[in-house]
Amino acid sequence: MDQILINVLNGVSSGLLLFMLSSGLTLIFSMMGVLNFAHASFYMIGAYIAYTLTRFVGFWPALVFAPLLVGVLGAAFETTALRRVHKFGHVAELLITFGLSYVVLEVVQIIWGRTPVAFDPPAFLQGPAFTVVQGPDGLSLALGAASDAVCQAAKCSRFPMTRAFMMMVALLMLVGLWLLLTRTRIGLVIQASLTHPEMVEALGHNVPRVFMLVFGSGCALAGLAGVIGGVTFVTEPAMAAVVGSIIFVVVVVGGMGSLAGAFIASLLIGLLQTLPLTVDSSVADLVNSLGGHVSDKSTFWPLLRITLAQAAPILPYLLLVLILILRPRGLMGTREG
Amino acid sequence: MAIAKNVVSMSIASTLLAVSGAAFAQKGETVKVGWVDPLSGLMAPVGQNQIKSFQFIAEYFNKSNPAGVKFEMVPIDNKLSPQESTNAVKSLIDQGVRYVVQGNGSGAALAIMDAVAKHNERNPGKELVYLNYAAVDPDLTNSKCNYWHFRLDADTSMKMEALTTFMKDQKDIHKVYLINQNYSHGQQVSRFAKENLARKRSDIQVVGDDLHPLAQVRDFAPYVAKIKASGADTVITGNWGSDLTLLVKASHDAGLNVKFYTYYAGVTGTPTALGPSAAGSVFVVAYADSNMPGEIGKLADQFKAKFNDDYYTLATYHAFALLSNAMAQAKSTDPVKVAQAMEGLRFKSFNGDVEMRKTDHQLQQPLYVTVWKKADAKHPYSVENTGYNFQTVKYYEPYVSSTPTSCEMKRPGSP
Repeated sequence: MDQILINVLNGVSSGLLLFMLSSGLTLIFSMMGVLNFAHASFYMIGAYIAYTLTRFVGFWPALVFAPLLVGVLGAAFETTALRRVHKFGHVAELLITFGLSYVVLEVVQIIWGRTPVAFDPPAFLQGPAFTVVQGPDGLSLALGAASDAVCQAAKCSRFPMTRAFMMMVALLMLVGLWLLLTRTRIGLVIQASLTHPEMVEALGHNVPRVFMLVFGSGCALAGLAGVIGGVTFVTEPAMAAVVGSIIFVVVVVGGMGSLAGAFIASLLIGLLQTLPLTVDSSVADLVNSLGGHVSDKSTFWPLLRITLAQAAPILPYLLLVLILILRPRGLMGTREG
Repeated sequence: MAIAKNVVSMSIASTLLAVSGAAFAQKGETVKVGWVDPLSGLMAPVGQNQIKSFQFIAEYFNKSNPAGVKFEMVPIDNKLSPQESTNAVKSLIDQGVRYVVQGNGSGAALAIMDAVAKHNERNPGKELVYLNYAAVDPDLTNSKCNYWHFRLDADTSMKMEALTTFMKDQKDIHKVYLINQNYSHGQQVSRFAKENLARKRSDIQVVGDDLHPLAQVRDFAPYVAKIKASGADTVITGNWGSDLTLLVKASHDAGLNVKFYTYYAGVTGTPTALGPSAAGSVFVVAYADSNMPGEIGKLADQFKAKFNDDYYTLATYHAFALLSNAMAQAKSTDPVKVAQAMEGLRFKSFNGDVEMRKTDHQLQQPLYVTVWKKADAKHPYSVENTGYNFQTVKYYEPYVSSTPTSCEMKRPGSP
């Protein structure tokens, strides 16, 4: 029971981190039609800038300023580069973001080196947020670390503060984003520009500036995710590549351009990356337990003996393929193809 | 062109020397050593450290070595790819290089072994010798062994032998969890761990055996939860790079209180992530510790002062010690004669007396089991400037980790 709870929490928290990344990506896509290949690079820049800022101003100001800086960098890229290639069509836009991701990777390696940097969470975020105690008389939660006396009698599983913080920030961001898009004037303009950019322009709004704003904020959100991902996992040049492919899965599964879809898909993929890892049974085990007989002499044995835990890493990509075949617009997407 | 000219002038110089025919014909010759390893991509930090190590140690040996030769490194980036490695070997041959060193990845090692063997068969008189300083797939000195390949690191089976000999005496080990990267190295670590533990401590239970994708996992929390649920007190892992770093970090976050027995906790990047929280709980099996006495310790300090980096690929020292001793014995730098001299050669290296076993060309050397601990007066070295280092808890003579070989080597000249 305690293990299931911890596993679900792990899955949900990594899903929420994915949401922080994919929300920006899906916003940018729905608005500008640009599939931003460099999105994960902004995630990485966020982590590195926060690492540097932390040494001068401390972690908490860095948590605020690093995403802002990343947002400014993103907006600058949009106005100076992306906008110029816009007239050459989507392929050019795609290629320029693709190129940017390589430039960013090299620049980061030149500035901060090729090895991981020691970006540790502040004292407040170190240690456990709460402990799940599985005692003889059922499940209970203890804030912080449970005392040794308690843990000797029962099984204790700690849930780290960094992950709880990650969940909290993502949820705050979700609420903030929703309020911004549905309850404010700028949100209305953004929503209108999504579907009817010419009409919005005719009404006297500066649509290119809205684009810049959306691209900048999308990058800032990725930067925020980067700060939190950087302290929770590791800050290194490979960190962009590791999340790069999975956020595209999230966006496609959720439906291109759908924020709600991105949220559902993030949680789904977070859980899909986590829960199957705990199952050490294979198809062969399943068949045998149902009365069938499969052994290492059967045909397809190399496939049948693969356990769910071993297959877990490909499940999100399998889901991507299935969604593209069965429901190309994604779970919550509104347009076909 | 410039390169070709150099080679020509050099070979003229060496011919002149050979003609002058002193007692030590090889003296003063320059031996070019081709280095084929990654300088870009995922493993770039490791490759960069290692080429610096080779150049640094070459400089040291150039001041004085038994053969009186000069070594010069010719680095080529193989991007960790077997295909690129084969191309690199061809390019080295064109540049007149006769000695190749490589270490990262057994896939690339096999490709080089193959390329060298084929070249030597087809071009008698232009043979190449391949020194493998870190690829630890046991097959390279067993079923796939080759005369022109010499291995300087201890292979997976040898390291596991030493590690399990140490674990045998640790009475607090009851349940072991194996977590490894899903490719040849990780699978072999898992296999040898199970075999050795069953042989040496049959009471130890293997409660988990996981293989995860290589260098793709960002979040190890699910694996850690699984280790926790299994009730394991010890984890054995052959992981390296971010796969080890993140595993240790996630375990610490989840309050997983286990001992880690590892192969590669000393490699670039991981010590920084270990930090104070991992003190006393991470063990490494290797051919050295952080505080080697004598000359090699001084070299490590100089390396640090020069590059602000750690000198951990000590097999680079083996490489030049082996080559220069063999060249002195063969009185030549001709790879055919040197290879002959290297077979069964015993020489003194940084970790004691070592022997290049004749049957399979696997260096027999002492191994150390070390633990991550705070630096103190006796163990002053600070790995990656963390204030911590790997301190020896057990030193094993070569016979402890020596494993039998199934190699049936085909020697040149023999049918």
